[in-house]
Amino acid sequence: MGFPHHPHPRETTVLSKYFGDAEARTLDGWKKRGGYKALEKALGMQPADIVNVVKESGLRGRGGAGFPTGMKWSFMKPGDGKPHYLCCNADESEPGTFKDRELMRWTPHALVEGCAIGAYAIGAETAYIYIRGEFTEPLYWMEKAVAEAYAAGIIGKNAMGTGKRVDVYVHKGAGAYICGEETALMNSLEGRRGNPRIKPPFPAVSGVFGMPTTINNVETLIASAPILLNGADWYKKMSLSNPKSTGTKLFSVCGNVQRPGTYEVVLGFPFKEFLYDLCGGPLHGRKFKAVIPGGASVPIQTMEEAEATLMDYEGFVAQGSMLGSGGVIVIDDAQPMVTVIARLARFFAHESCAQCTQCREGTAWTTKIMERIRDGEGTMEDLDTLLDIGEQMTGTTICVLSDSCAVPVASGIKKFRGEFEALIQGRRFHPVTAAVA
Amino acid sequence: MTPDLVGGVESPDYASHDRAGHGPYTPVFVGDVKRELDDLLTRYPNKMAALLPALWIVQRERRWVSEEAMVEVAELLELTPAYVKGVVTFYTMYHQHPVGQYFIQVCTTSPCGICGAEDVVKAFLRHTNTGELGITSPDGKFTVIEVECLGACGFATPVMVNEEFIESMTPDKVPELLARLK
Repeated sequence: MGFPHHPHPRETTVLSKYFGDAEARTLDGWKKRGGYKALEKALGMQPADIVNVVKESGLRGRGGAGFPTGMKWSFMKPGDGKPHYLCCNADESEPGTFKDRELMRWTPHALVEGCAIGAYAIGAETAYIYIRGEFTEPLYWMEKAVAEAYAAGIIGKNAMGTGKRVDVYVHKGAGAYICGEETALMNSLEGRRGNPRIKPPFPAVSGVFGMPTTINNVETLIASAPILLNGADWYKKMSLSNPKSTGTKLFSVCGNVQRPGTYEVVLGFPFKEFLYDLCGGPLHGRKFKAVIPGGASVPIQTMEEAEATLMDYEGFVAQGSMLGSGGVIVIDDAQPMVTVIARLARFFAHESCAQCTQCREGTAWTTKIMERIRDGEGTMEDLDTLLDIGEQMTGTTICVLSDSCAVPVASGIKKFRGEFEALIQGRRFHPVTAAVA
Repeated sequence: MTPDLVGGVESPDYASHDRAGHGPYTPVFVGDVKRELDDLLTRYPNKMAALLPALWIVQRERRWVSEEAMVEVAELLELTPAYVKGVVTFYTMYHQHPVGQYFIQVCTTSPCGICGAEDVVKAFLRHTNTGELGITSPDGKFTVIEVECLGACGFATPVMVNEEFIESMTPDKVPELLARLK
């Protein structure tokens, strides 16, 4: 929904139902709205049964990779005698993405509940919510909600009087995009530099503190509560396109649109109607030019591609991109693509942990070349160099930050080559609005 | 939210007691602050995991993380000072030198960039009298930096002033904000 919080009639508000409702932030308010019923139900179930319900529902990771959540949970072997951990990834830093921020600042108790359910399901007694340091408002609300839940005995040594232990702690990050990568997040949580780890071992075998760990996105954990309450079939039925993408998904929309905001739709919703109807279309006198639909790390879509897209995991891939984190960046015809992409490259260069050569050097060189093209000092050879660097940056590093930098550059050159060439040949970019004026 | 960090702080005198050669270093972790750290330690299976929270406490108390503070934290958590420094330098939010009383971070990553973030930066630089990114204004009040994605892209342009998060900043709202801070 846009701001202020009025849901569009075509939205399906399951997770975002209480956005803008200040009372839902408090424990009493949350309980009045049916909060903690799912946790109560979960604590009365066998962990394996919870995993099965989530598996059956088809819920997939909402942080970017889209891995089936139930399957991820099932990797945690019960009774291995080791402490298990749940980490909630609330390090939302992918440019264009701000859905988890909304979830945490409006429904903090939903996340406490989701963490407690997730922890119990994977046999963990401790859940850490790793929130990026810049999120001062979500941090405030989450810490308040956790304190309230402890005081009410909902979490702690004797969660809801069941004798089961579920601890939930908020851990504040300190400014590093890379800590949203799950293994870097674990390193950071352990008090290390946020360098990603080589996999295997996978977190379910050796994760945080060397123990079996599951890392889930905020939205994924919150979605587990309504699934448990309403059943897997209810969730599975929410699908407009194909059975591999089920349920609702939050899409945060930003950039050059009439109504930026966080919208919740059933997966498979037509992207064209989403952009023009829900988000209100382009700003007055402008036209959409391109969309980056899943946060800065996914390929750029032309409007032809975007308008033909069904919004689900497979639908975005079929139209040359990925669903990613659901952070939709809309770019209109007043924006020079080269400037937009050069700034993204600078972002990745800044955020590279510098562990792998291909990434450390590649992101820096990509930025230098992109910026000289932007400034009208590029050559045609630069385009080939960029693509060549991009190829060497893809699939050669410990994590995918390197690939993420190469992706917008490669897709930008492929789909908007004319703008690159115009700058190289000394023709300036004339925004449509400027031409009108 | 956290008024002690947002406003009401006296003009910076951090150099007087917290920098080498400017008098003795006074430990951060004493009394209630030490108890706060002890409480944090119960959340983790080892001491090292409390490093980021401990550094946050240092920054809250001293407004930056000096080398002496790193040594103190290292001793408390049974780490080496070099290790702690390695961690401090990895994360952008720990100040390794004193900054202005109001540390202003303006998001300029692409989603905000296409909504006019550069103009917001220019307005801050002009009205704070800093003139340049990362430079503290002559009166010690302001430091302005560009920051990578603050994760509030739909509220372009988001700005952080110390711990306060401000949404939808525009160049014409800058003087009003600065007047409130002064």
